[in-house]
Amino acid sequence: MRRTAATAARVLRQLRHDPRTVALLLLVPAALMTIFRFVYENERVAFQQAGPALMVLFPLITMFLVSSVSLLRERTSGTLERLMTTPMSRLALLGGYGVSFTLLATLQAGLVVALSLGPLGLSLAGSTALVVVLAISVALLGLGLGLLASAFARTEFQVVQFLPLVILPQLLLCGLLVARDEMGGVLHAVSDVLPMSYAVDGVHHLAREPSASAAALADIAIVLAFAVGAIVLGALTLRRQTD
Amino acid sequence: MRSAGESAVDGRDVRVRRGRREVLHGVTFSLPAARITGLIGPSGGGKTTLLRAVVGVQRHVSGELRVLGLTPGSAALRRRVGYGTQSQAAYEDLTVRENLEYFASLVGAHRGQVGELLVRVDLQAAAGQLVRSLSGGQRSRVSLALALLGEPELLVLDEPTVGLDPVLRERLWSMFRELAASGVTLLVSSHVMDEAARCDEVVLLRDGEILTQDAPAELARRTGTDDLDQAFLRLVELGR
Repeated sequence: MRRTAATAARVLRQLRHDPRTVALLLLVPAALMTIFRFVYENERVAFQQAGPALMVLFPLITMFLVSSVSLLRERTSGTLERLMTTPMSRLALLGGYGVSFTLLATLQAGLVVALSLGPLGLSLAGSTALVVVLAISVALLGLGLGLLASAFARTEFQVVQFLPLVILPQLLLCGLLVARDEMGGVLHAVSDVLPMSYAVDGVHHLAREPSASAAALADIAIVLAFAVGAIVLGALTLRRQTD
Repeated sequence: MRSAGESAVDGRDVRVRRGRREVLHGVTFSLPAARITGLIGPSGGGKTTLLRAVVGVQRHVSGELRVLGLTPGSAALRRRVGYGTQSQAAYEDLTVRENLEYFASLVGAHRGQVGELLVRVDLQAAAGQLVRSLSGGQRSRVSLALALLGEPELLVLDEPTVGLDPVLRERLWSMFRELAASGVTLLVSSHVMDEAARCDEVVLLRDGEILTQDAPAELARRTGTDDLDQAFLRLVELGR
């Protein structure tokens, strides 16, 4: 616990020395949401349909980027090797990243949700708190996927190339652009095994049905299961011994 | 803590394979406890690989290697072995002090040690600077300070004096001396021959093989020269 807390504090300290990144993380999703709202100025129904899914898509992209680059740096700068010579466990290390990035993701999601439901006029039939919980689950998924991507890249240049590979297919198939029910057999099957499909299903439940908390909770559980799976797989790639 | 006369690290026929290539070809050595052993040899000869094997972060190590009587890298050793890497292996976007405080909390060092170490490696003035902005010599001292956290029994230091001015180098060597006198075993690598003279024991490593292990004076006697560069050359010739 002590080492997890120390690591979380260390990651937050690194972010504090990098206010530009923090500002981009917090403000860009809010700005994009605002643009999106005005693009659909004359089609409020379209904004109402696509807006909720966007609220849970931003945390995936940002956390994927932040965590893949941070963990790649740990691997390539020698700090991971040094950590592995201390009594810290891999679980404590990832716990520290989980805690600090979740904090950041909560701030980001809170800001986007507050802006969307407030000034931008998005309406939500279900629970706002659950939307935030869903967004945090998605953030953890982004952390896990970023951790995995960092294992397959040698440079920061390479690791950002994983973004289109890992995120874009999910963006196309998650039900944001076309409802999942309208997809052909193969696409639907692929979309069924991608975690973001459940995140978007969940947020749609919350947006459209007043008493859909149970259905949304099930979706949140699935997203969390994917997140834990990715984090555990990623943890296996953090080796104590390297060539 | 092991006492003088015992050995702290024993390696027998230690081999390291990296990919298909073998980079250490069955080396046998022994580090006396509470002494400074210099691992001397040209770069690319396998010094860092051997140090990494001792610390337990090197993959594909075969042969027999015991560190303080245990398997290298085992959980029980992680508080007892300090490793100063050649690249500084600190967080570039944290200050020197923040780096030390973080690793201090990981190894369970007491709070006051960070301040003491900053003085010891002469980094008080740079304590508030981001590691990113440090010079090469300052960075290697950060690495050294990190290795010293938690008062380890075995210190493994990879080229700790590279790029330092003579005054500071002198100070670090007298610090190594004090540490050894207090019972710490040191393994210090260098590609500079004249640093060998400061060690109690010298291991000469070239092309993944140990040419010899001996006290510097004994080495000089055997090769008939005080000049360690010359001694090295003669040993290479003898080996042919």
